[in-house]
Parts: sequence; structure tokens; C-alpha cells
Amino acid sequence: MSAGLYSMEAKDFDTNLDLTKVKPYGDTMNDGKTQLSFTLPVPAGDEGVEAAKQLLKKMGFENPMVVFYKELTEGFTFFNCYGSCTHTVDYTVIHVPKVESNVMDMHENDQYIKDHIGRKIVVVGASTGTDAHTVGIDAIMNMKGYAGHYGLERYEMIEALNMGSQVPNEEFIAKAIEMKADALLVSQTVTQKDVHIKNLTELVEMLEAEGLRDKVILCCGGARITHELAKELGYDAGFGANTYADDVASFISEELARRMGK
Amino acid sequence: MNTSKLGIDFEKVAYGKRLAKKISDEVENFAKDYSTVTCERTICRLLGIDGVDENDVPLPNVVVDFVKEKGRLNDGIMYIMGNAVAQLKKTPNEIAEQIAQGKLDITTLPSVDEKQARESLQPYIDASLKRIIDRRRKRENYIETIGEGEKPYLYIIVATGNIYEVVIQAQAGARQGADIIAVIRTTGQSLLDYVPYGATTEGFGGTFATQENFRIMRKALDEVGEEVGRYIRLCNYCSGLCMPEIAVMGALEGLDVMLNDALYGILFRDINMKRTLIDQFFSRIINGFAGIIINTGEDNYLTTADAFDEAHTVLASDFINEQLAFAAGMPEEQMGLGHAFEMDPQLKNGFLYELAQAQLIREIFPKAPIKYMPPTKFMTGNIFRGQIQDALFNEIGIMTHQGLQLLGMMTEAIHTPFMSDRYVSIENARYIFNNMHDLGDDIEFKKDGIMQTRAKKVLDDAVNLLERMQSEGLFSALEKGIFGDVKRPRDGGKGLQGVFEKSEHYYNPFIDLMKGKGGKE
Repeated sequence: MSAGLYSMEAKDFDTNLDLTKVKPYGDTMNDGKTQLSFTLPVPAGDEGVEAAKQLLKKMGFENPMVVFYKELTEGFTFFNCYGSCTHTVDYTVIHVPKVESNVMDMHENDQYIKDHIGRKIVVVGASTGTDAHTVGIDAIMNMKGYAGHYGLERYEMIEALNMGSQVPNEEFIAKAIEMKADALLVSQTVTQKDVHIKNLTELVEMLEAEGLRDKVILCCGGARITHELAKELGYDAGFGANTYADDVASFISEELARRMGK
Repeated sequence: MNTSKLGIDFEKVAYGKRLAKKISDEVENFAKDYSTVTCERTICRLLGIDGVDENDVPLPNVVVDFVKEKGRLNDGIMYIMGNAVAQLKKTPNEIAEQIAQGKLDITTLPSVDEKQARESLQPYIDASLKRIIDRRRKRENYIETIGEGEKPYLYIIVATGNIYEVVIQAQAGARQGADIIAVIRTTGQSLLDYVPYGATTEGFGGTFATQENFRIMRKALDEVGEEVGRYIRLCNYCSGLCMPEIAVMGALEGLDVMLNDALYGILFRDINMKRTLIDQFFSRIINGFAGIIINTGEDNYLTTADAFDEAHTVLASDFINEQLAFAAGMPEEQMGLGHAFEMDPQLKNGFLYELAQAQLIREIFPKAPIKYMPPTKFMTGNIFRGQIQDALFNEIGIMTHQGLQLLGMMTEAIHTPFMSDRYVSIENARYIFNNMHDLGDDIEFKKDGIMQTRAKKVLDDAVNLLERMQSEGLFSALEKGIFGDVKRPRDGGKGLQGVFEKSEHYYNPFIDLMKGKGGKE
């Protein structure tokens, strides 16, 4: 099983980086080395290992190796594997839609709002639908913030309301109207069976029906949300993993300034 | 006599417990004059009413809603149903079916003698209690004959949505070494004011808690328990708007562990405080009687508040939850008081603080099977670091003799666990629990060192918080946001419309029959 661990074989591939043909890097350029783990619904044994290897080949891996396997329960075997990826991607032609804003910290942002908007921005946020998780909306809105980034409640120039979790879209919209919100933040943590898509779509449709869609800056966020997905669903921006209050606040203030023609 | 590795002052602990008792007394004093729709539905279930009407509305809801609409709920289901059974010579379930079919109005029947009405229900009361006691005996018998895992029990969660898939995952987990299987509920079930019926195969982020699903799981875990030679405990969620109903369903079907925490519901689900504290009181009486270990939800405070700054909040809540459980007649051995390993991994000496706090809770509640929750907040998707975070958590678990170790998953924050994630997690825990088995008993903490100092500070802060809460009263403290930084109005939140004052006719014999009776006949 450990054959190849200290391989002395000559590297018979071009070891120069070519960004039009990028593949994984183990310890040598273009070696394609990749680690994978997965479970197959088969018993442990030689046939299982062979099945895992054949699968790796179909995935485009050369020299597939099963370095560890264990039957988790009768008829289900877990495999740890390595292989050399044969596929490449052209990095030079990649275009990823991103939230276009200059990310400011809290103090810069407060100053920006004073200079460009001249009043407090009203932001209402919630984890909507049946989603019971507040971790995302709290990270963005709570005074304390997350990982050293202060939340919106701490901003001098933002009036922030965090409605918490399991807020029905109707209530969310009613609160937005009541507070004359400039921006709405929707957090979605549970994404099983695409429940978040349904819920996010429903909110957009309800806002459109109320004639409010263009009057607010609409953002969604969550670990599984991307800006691309957000745009597709009719949102102004989406904030995924590794984005913080700074990112959200910067986008909102710049977008609002833009809409106000300032 | 109490000994403390942490050098804590047990006089101060006793003072904290007295303060918590006063807080609990105020709640109990309020709760005794009220009941709720779910408490009444629980009584229906204890009288053998089960099933659904043609619109899938559970019969306990049909009965309670009917009586409520007629304006008679204040008299309580026992009073009204007792009269109906005595008059009609039918079973409570037959009566419920007739109400569902619109054939019967039990609120307009002539009244029989009250004593006769009460006696008419005695066979149903006896049958339910016997069934719960038998269930309890069955568990005790299993533990005596095939045995159980050593503490800390390895506690894993399954969440597929489909009960039959849950069975496969749960049995796999048990074979890998898990001692407790918790079936995560579908998102939003806590806010349903009824308990769905039958086996379910659809759910979001979890599986519906239904009595049939409980039965399916119990059977599956008994099978695998016999196979692996270890009793496997089943856990579900006795929280939300149906606390006592879930408790009674668990008691009837042989559940072993139940999440059960009103404070959590108030703060994090915006459930009305009166409603849920009344519900909790009855649910804990049932859990206590059935031998079910409750878990309290203090870990949740730390998903929003900082684990270092707010450690005393967790401890204060444990103090209160202990007293609220005592008030419901629950023995200490069934109080799975909660806390969590949630400090920022970047915090210097964070491990020492976590160890001090875990030891502190162990020493303050020596007989309780403390429930220790794994890191979640700072699990980032970096599964490799995540595995180390879970390992540090497991080290503290074994060193401080935690009771229920809810195993962390390295893929936390990514997806509900794969079968393989659970394997990796259980292997992690078993390795550490074996390899560091007696480390905790073999070391002492440096006098006035970092850990002793930390423990004293957390205890002091917790007692200060309890003082403030006691002078305010729990309801008022919750309104002012003294607890957990969340403000909840006394008459706000979900479920208040289901609370009602008991009339002079009201009675609920199950409280006396079950409270503190711990399964004795």
C-alpha cells in the first residue's frame, strides 16, 4: 500500500508553472498530487480497494493509491486515497463576479457615511424562514462582531436592528417598512435540500410585490452563499465564508452613496 | 466532604445554590396556578389519546382546541374528560375520535359526581404509568445485563431527515463506539404547537420528533446494543412549544436523554417565558419519573456571547437549571447540566481556562452527568485544525470526568456529518479517553495558578450575577436582558396564547404521581 511513498522515479513531466494549465501541487510543480477521502457502500477488502482505485481513475487520477481503509459499519468502507490529477484548468481566463467595493474598517466607514450620506444608514437583519441559526447574522451585526471585526451595531453611523432567527419574511418586510430601512441583510445557515434558495427567492418576490425591491439594498449571507448565487436570485450582493461586517458595511455605504448620486 | 482541586470556596457554592433556589421558587410559585395547551395535550396522551384526524391534526390537539374554543380549558382536560368517560362509558381515545368527527361536545354533558369522574380515569392513568415504569425497567435491565459504555458517554448526532436513513447512521455510530445517539430535529419543529404523527422521511436539517420515530429508533438501538454488548441511549429534544408532550412520548417509548431547557427557548427561540417555564416544570417531572437524563442548553449562550467573558453566565444558568430540576423532583443523577468548549483558539492559555471551567462545573455539581459541548463557533472549514480542536476538547472531557461528551465533528460548519466524519470523531475520542484515562486523577492544579485563579473568578462572577437575578426575579431579569444580553418581554414571544389560569375544578394527578417518584410503583 505504501509503494511510491519515497518514490525515486524520474519526474517525466514539465515542472514549469503554466497558468493556462494549472493542476494540484504536492511537492513538485505539476505533480498533480491530491488527497481524497470518501466512503463507498461496499464491504472492506481487496474488491473494495480496487473499486476505490477504479473510481479514482475515472475521476482523472493517475497512480491511484488507497493508503487507509476501514469498514465503518457493515457494507460501508471509508477510504483515504492519493492520486495524481491529470486534468488542468486555465487560470488566465477565469472571471468570478465579486462584490465591488473598497473594504473599509469601522472608523473609515463611519467617516465615509458622514461625508457621503450625511445621515445614519438603517440596516435590518435577520435569519429568516425556519432557519434557527443566528451565528451568521450575529457575526455581522452584533456589537462585538466576529474575529476582531466589529459588528454593525457598533458603527456610529449605522442604525442596526438584528431581528434574530426564524423571522418570517412577512415580519421582516414589515419591520423594514416601519424602520425605513436602507438595507436588508438576510442570513441563511441551513442549506439542506436548498431550503435557503426557496426562502431567499420568496423574499425577493414579496419585496417586488410590495414595490420595495428597488428601494432597499438587499444582501444575503451565509457559509454556502456566493455573490454569484445572490445576484442570480435577485440580490444586490452575497457574502459567503470569510467575509465580515467590514465587507458588508462597506458595500452598503458605497452602494447607497452611488444610488443617492453622491 | 467536598474537596476541590481548584481551591474553590464551597461556602460560596452553597450560597450560589441558595440564591438559585430562591429564583426557582419564584418560578414554581407562579407556575402552579397555570397550565398550558401542551400540558393539557400531555394529559390527553397520558390518558391514551393518540392518532390524528382526517386532516392530520393530532387528536390531543383536537380535544384541547375543542375544549379551549368552548371556553372550558381552565377546568382542565382531566376534569372534562373524567366527566365524559364516566357519562359515556367510552375510552378517552374513543371520545377524542368522536370529537374529531364532530359528533360529540363533551363540554355540554351533564356533570357526574366529581369523585366518580376522577375514578373513571384511574385505569388509564394506571396503564400509562405502568407503561412508563416498564420502559424504565427495561432500560435498567439492559444496563444490568448487557452493560453500558464508560463515562464520558460518547454522544453523537444524526440528522438526515429520513428516519430510516437515521437508523442506518445511528447503528453505524453505535458499532463505532457511540453510547448516545441524538436525532436532531427538523429546523422549526420547536415552534410547532403540535407534535407531528407517524414515521417521517422528510425534514430540513433534521428529522421530525414523532412518537413513531422514537419507537423505530428505540428498536434499532436495542438491536445494535445487543449486538455490540452495550446499551445505546437515545436522545431527542424536549424543547420548544411541546416540551411535556415530547417528554411523555419519550417516556412511553424508552428515550434516555432529552434536551430540556426553558431558558434556551426564551432567549434563542423567543418562546414566551411564562409558557415555557410552565411547560418545563411538567416536562421535567415526567423526565424525572421516566429516568431520562435532561440536557440543559447553556452551550448556546456561547455561540453568541464570548466564552471567556461570559463563562459565569453559563455557570449561573447551571445553578438555576439545577434548582428548577430539583423543583420538579428530578434527582441529580439525571441533570445533564450544560457547558461548552468555545473559546477562541487564538486565545493564549485558552486550554487552561477551558480546563479550569470544566473542572469547576464538575466540582460544583459532583453527581450530575455534566454535558460537555464541542467547539462549533470557531470551526472554520479547516478540518485539519478542527480535528485538533476536537482533540483538545476530548482531553478536557476525560480529565474532568464529564458525563456526556457531545463529540465534535471536524466538518462542523460545512455539512451535517458524513458517516465517515463520525468515525473520525469517535476514533479521536476513544484514543484520547483511553490514552489519557487517569490523567485527571493523577495531577493537581498549582495553588493560585492560572487555573485556580480563573475558576475563582468565574464562580465569583456567577454568584454576583445570581445575586442580581435573585433581587430582580427571573422574569424581570429576562426582561431587562440581565441574562445572556437578550431582552425578552414577559408577555411577548411565541406561545403565550396557550397559557391559562387553572379554575377551582382543575386537577392534574400526574404531578403528584410522578414528581420525585423516579419510576417507583
